[in-house]
Amino acid sequence: MTIGIDAFIFLSALLFAIGFGGVLLRKNTLVIYMCLELMLVASTLAFVAFSSFNGTMDGNVFVFFILTVAAAEVAVGLAIIVALFRRRQTVQVDELNALKN
Amino acid sequence: MPDLFFYLFATFTVVCAFGVVLNRNTVNAAICLLLSLFGVAALFTLLDAYLLAVLLVLVYAGAVVALFLFIVMLLDTQGGHNRPFKPLALIASVTGFALLLSGALMLVTRGEWPAHATSVTAPTGSVLKSYAELLFTTYLLPVQIMGFLLLIAMLGVIVLCKKFEGLEDVK
Repeated sequence: MTIGIDAFIFLSALLFAIGFGGVLLRKNTLVIYMCLELMLVASTLAFVAFSSFNGTMDGNVFVFFILTVAAAEVAVGLAIIVALFRRRQTVQVDELNALKN
Repeated sequence: MPDLFFYLFATFTVVCAFGVVLNRNTVNAAICLLLSLFGVAALFTLLDAYLLAVLLVLVYAGAVVALFLFIVMLLDTQGGHNRPFKPLALIASVTGFALLLSGALMLVTRGEWPAHATSVTAPTGSVLKSYAELLFTTYLLPVQIMGFLLLIAMLGVIVLCKKFEGLEDVK
């Protein structure tokens, strides 16, 4: 394969930037959460690329931990969103301004 | 031939990632996230990390996106009456996206990459035994911490979702 590691790193950074832009752009909490997941997956892609091009396994093993943290984070985050929706009847971040002023 | 596959999967992943951000419907955004994750899993197979590709599809597509779809349908958030973003947020997000992307471009174009960085040295990611050796020797403590983290997350979700009615005397 003639594709270098720089292409993978650039793709990973591009995915991370898309997720970052989505977190800043969107108002729906669920879509913000999806963009956070996108950023996590972009970081795992960088881990796997470095690990594969170095010939070591440490990056691949770290992806396990990232997957675990992502799964736990999604469970807790969605529970928080459901509890928030029960209390406030909305998930739009611009309507959740109880701490403003 | 792998080069062609790389460009194919990379384009697919990026297009689906843009679909997540720009889609007005939340269910469509979740489906775009699912397709994007499949693209990343395909890129993992190009990097010889077959186990991680399968795990990514199982954990993310099987658990995380399914959970997202459940919550979206449970909350029934139809925000179609107004725009999904504000103009100020658009400016901020485009600026942040451009800054991150220009940083990555500088890194890729001006960075000094090692000469042997164009070839995969050994397909170690395809051997299951090498994962187990590292997980149970070098990274044994992080594995246990991860197990504890999952336990705490489970307890937290139970506490968050349970309705404590008639328990005011406890507080």
